[in-house]
Amino acid sequence: MVSTSSTNRYIDDAELRELLDRASALSEAEVVTEAKARDVALPLGAGTMVLVTLDNGHDHTRPNTFGPRSLRSLNEALDAALAREDVVAVGVTGKPFILAAGADLSGLGGLTSRDDAKMIARIGHGVFAKLDREIGGKPTFGFVNGLALGGGLEVGLNCTYRTVQDSAPALGLPEVMLGLIPGWGGAWLVPNLVGADTAVRLILENPLNQGKTLTGHQAFELGLADAELGGADFLEQSLLWAAKVLTGAVTVERPEVDRGEAWDAAVAQGKGIADSKTGGASPAAYRAVDLIAAAKSSTKVEGFAAEDEALADLVMTPELKAGLYSFDLVQKRAKRPAGAPDRSLARPVTKVGIVGAGLMASQLALLFARRLQVPVVLTDLDQERVDKGVGYVHAEIDKLLGKGRVGPDKANRLKALVSGAVDKAEVFADADFVVEAVFEEMKIKKQVFADVEKVVSPEAVLATNTSSLSITEMAADLEHPERVVGFHFFNPVAVMPLLEIVKGEQTDDATLATAFATGKALKKTTILVKDSPSFIVNRLLGRFMGEVGKIVDEGTPLAVADGAFAGVAPMPPFFLLSLVGPAIALHNNETLHGAFPDRFYVSPNLQALVAARKTSVYLPDFSIDPEVAEIFAAPADGTALEPAAVRERTLSALADEARRMLDEGVVAAPEDIDLAMITGAGFSFWNGGLTMLLDREGISEKVTGATFH
Amino acid sequence: MARQLREVVFVDGVRTPFGKAKGQYAETRADDLVIKCIRELMRRNPDLPPERVDEVAIAATTQIGDQGLTIGRTAALLAGLPRSVPGYAIDRMCAGAMTAVTTTASGIAFGAYDVVIAGGVEHMGRHPMGEQVDPNPRIVAEKIVDPEALSMGNTAENLHDRYPTITKDRADAYAVRSQQKTAQAYADGRIQPDLVPVATRSAEAGWGLATTDEPPRPGTTVEDLAALKTPFRPHGRVTAGNSAGINDGATAALLADEETARELGLPVKMRLVSYSFTGVEPEVMGAGPIPATEKALSQAGLTIDDIGAFEVNEAFAVQVLAFLEHFGIADDDPRVNPFGGAIAMGHPLASSGVRLMNQLAATFAEHPEIRYGVTTMCIGIGMGGTVIWENPHHSATQDEVA
Repeated sequence: MVSTSSTNRYIDDAELRELLDRASALSEAEVVTEAKARDVALPLGAGTMVLVTLDNGHDHTRPNTFGPRSLRSLNEALDAALAREDVVAVGVTGKPFILAAGADLSGLGGLTSRDDAKMIARIGHGVFAKLDREIGGKPTFGFVNGLALGGGLEVGLNCTYRTVQDSAPALGLPEVMLGLIPGWGGAWLVPNLVGADTAVRLILENPLNQGKTLTGHQAFELGLADAELGGADFLEQSLLWAAKVLTGAVTVERPEVDRGEAWDAAVAQGKGIADSKTGGASPAAYRAVDLIAAAKSSTKVEGFAAEDEALADLVMTPELKAGLYSFDLVQKRAKRPAGAPDRSLARPVTKVGIVGAGLMASQLALLFARRLQVPVVLTDLDQERVDKGVGYVHAEIDKLLGKGRVGPDKANRLKALVSGAVDKAEVFADADFVVEAVFEEMKIKKQVFADVEKVVSPEAVLATNTSSLSITEMAADLEHPERVVGFHFFNPVAVMPLLEIVKGEQTDDATLATAFATGKALKKTTILVKDSPSFIVNRLLGRFMGEVGKIVDEGTPLAVADGAFAGVAPMPPFFLLSLVGPAIALHNNETLHGAFPDRFYVSPNLQALVAARKTSVYLPDFSIDPEVAEIFAAPADGTALEPAAVRERTLSALADEARRMLDEGVVAAPEDIDLAMITGAGFSFWNGGLTMLLDREGISEKVTGATFH
Repeated sequence: MARQLREVVFVDGVRTPFGKAKGQYAETRADDLVIKCIRELMRRNPDLPPERVDEVAIAATTQIGDQGLTIGRTAALLAGLPRSVPGYAIDRMCAGAMTAVTTTASGIAFGAYDVVIAGGVEHMGRHPMGEQVDPNPRIVAEKIVDPEALSMGNTAENLHDRYPTITKDRADAYAVRSQQKTAQAYADGRIQPDLVPVATRSAEAGWGLATTDEPPRPGTTVEDLAALKTPFRPHGRVTAGNSAGINDGATAALLADEETARELGLPVKMRLVSYSFTGVEPEVMGAGPIPATEKALSQAGLTIDDIGAFEVNEAFAVQVLAFLEHFGIADDDPRVNPFGGAIAMGHPLASSGVRLMNQLAATFAEHPEIRYGVTTMCIGIGMGGTVIWENPHHSATQDEVA
């Protein structure tokens, strides 16, 4: 009998069992992923493999996860298999379509001490380490049959060999996105398997790029698996491949890992990614960089121990708490918008009308056509504008065709769906959903809806893409004001996930339900907002930009102000201003100033910038445009603040505004503010959007006397 | 236009290990079984460019659920064959795969195809015989078919009536020999080369790998069989022991125009000589192979004495014995089912035809002295099907090729 306890240099087996029991006692509600072991007679007379299937008893919509009880089940299965002399190898695979989605996150939030956190790290390591031939005594095979994230991929990485299903949809180590590091071997194993360069991509770059994942084929190309096999008979061919490896018919060759300068360069690049994406604000990214750096020379046992320490530290950080909170927002709250009426009330949308054929309208037309696949008609004042709008959409469809994102038939279908007209009467008569994207002025929008109402059915939804105007007022003079709803997208429409759905005073449930159903069909994150100035994101960004503008107008250099928000906003405020366009930013500030003159500042310098017809603060080389610098020159008697003071003053203003918005009932809960800021303004996961950050830094309490959470 | 018929050859054939209903394939889809056979055929014949496959004909008796949706076409797509490769579904109950072979073979001979895949699948655990059937009431009202004909067990009892010399003891003895021959064939490694291992899903036990037939009961004795119940008649003769079981499995074969096979460097395991399907009284469907074989022999200009190897499907022992009795062949003639048959290995209805061909091809390879062989089977609703094959390894045919 092979005793695993004597050879497991990482952890004593008795201690591992004790830790598993202790951790399991803390994990009563865990959905246990069972390790189901079965003997398989390998082809080619290669002998008996114990094949372990990870299966939590649910279908693919509830992926396997590893909590303590799941790890204990795997530990028992591995011990039993490794102890048998008649077993030549151990294989690990998953239930259909899923290997595992990683650690059971629901258990992490409840950990109360660093010791407990470290215990979770150690039990994962301790169990997975047995898959190491040096430790467990037998060659092991990870058969990556589908989704494998975090600990799900790590269980495979700990094996001696791996096959991957070429079409597996989501492989990756997304831990850093949440505020963790790949702490069950990933941070040490990946650089040592495929080099630091790929490790940086997998562990840092992809997670910080909206949690990007790899396909099975990509993972194979990167060297994360030794063989890729098709889905029709993946497991059969994996077992055959394993038999060939075991009988020597196949020799696994892996490229030598470059342990020279390339390793250091990759680490430096990783540091650069951490800086540019988190601005020093997420400790996880830096711990990951450190672990990859150390993996260059550390032993596996040392590497695993370093992961234990990093994980134990990180589990206790507020950034992880915020990361898990954000994860929950985008995974759960985004799918069930708070306050949305029952979806059965929604009316079908079989044709969409868009008033306006400008850039925003054209982007909307493309989105509606692609996602709803129903006719979309653009209208505008004259044929030239209409033609330009339709031409833009058709050109965008051609671009999609050129990139292979749609086939020629689909491109034809989409193009045929998008048409234009000057006269609304005929083309809107059978439209169920008309959205206006005309100039941001109440009088014009009211006129547009009055015109549209004459030609559409009484039930047709009239949606406005206004970013700041009152929905209630816009609907007031209509015959059917109950069918008007705010439908506020963010630029660029195709990219930004957020859609604010604004309920006017008279908006009825059927209209609202139709708006939510349509938003969902457009694959947007929908949030219900009360009719109020600039809704959620623009109101908060308006307060933010107003405060920063005021600080600069008062004498803080623009560059200092722009450098004060690393880790808070996705980009410096004057970058954002340039991206949005100074005129639009000014308009938003002026609107908000009109509504709340005491709090919202209109910068004379910004007015001067717009008057000078400047479209950006920065030149293409990212230096400040000297003419702009002149406009923003500090006043003679000005006060220059330090970055920390800029940051605190601005965050204080945001705390004040967020609290007011909740008190006014603009949104149902701080969760909606955070979901909006993450999906509409690119605020960070590890800050939990905005309010978690304000709580964490003590600003909410200082400014409003209470925390948000 | 002057047409010339082309020679059709059996290039290769594979099958899944067969399962007992509710056994190793209880949680495996029927279409997946046949897809794995198609994949294996393509892997075993790497010289065949996939786009050269001109047709995929897959048989299933109960064409619903995972055996529906034009299974030949969907299986081709799911097996990763190019989208240009067409496919269709076939049904002739037990002779489904055999009909897939003969129908596509006719297309090859005619010149419509160069290379085809023909096979069958039956997952009787998921689709028991008779699932969702709706017999026309005129069958009973106008006495068109004896209602007993719809129960295959009853037709086997009826066949015993027709051949009173075929006793239960003879049937049981035959069944025991079938089990023994299959066990021996396994021991000699004769069955395994054409088996495609299938990963078997079990929510309870995890993934496994099916590598052998599940139905065989190698130690079966005549005493064991004597004790079994006769479910179709009190004091009858037909038992679970001298019949094929209720099984899951799939088969697929590669057929080609002989010249194309040689051009592509594909192996030639058998050459098609003739085939025949013939109807008999539905209530004695087991008699079907007799007239079908006589007709096929007559078409080929052969007599029963020219046949050196028989693969007779063992739906029921009595049906094989009736065939042998008719042609004056001994019950234990070594030319007949040398690897045993469906009584041991199982009979997943529409898949079995290609299993017979795989085994005949194996016999041909081992016995170049044999020139002609027969694959034959009885078919529900009163039919028989017979295909006569020529051994390309036989010296006479070698001369012809040269």
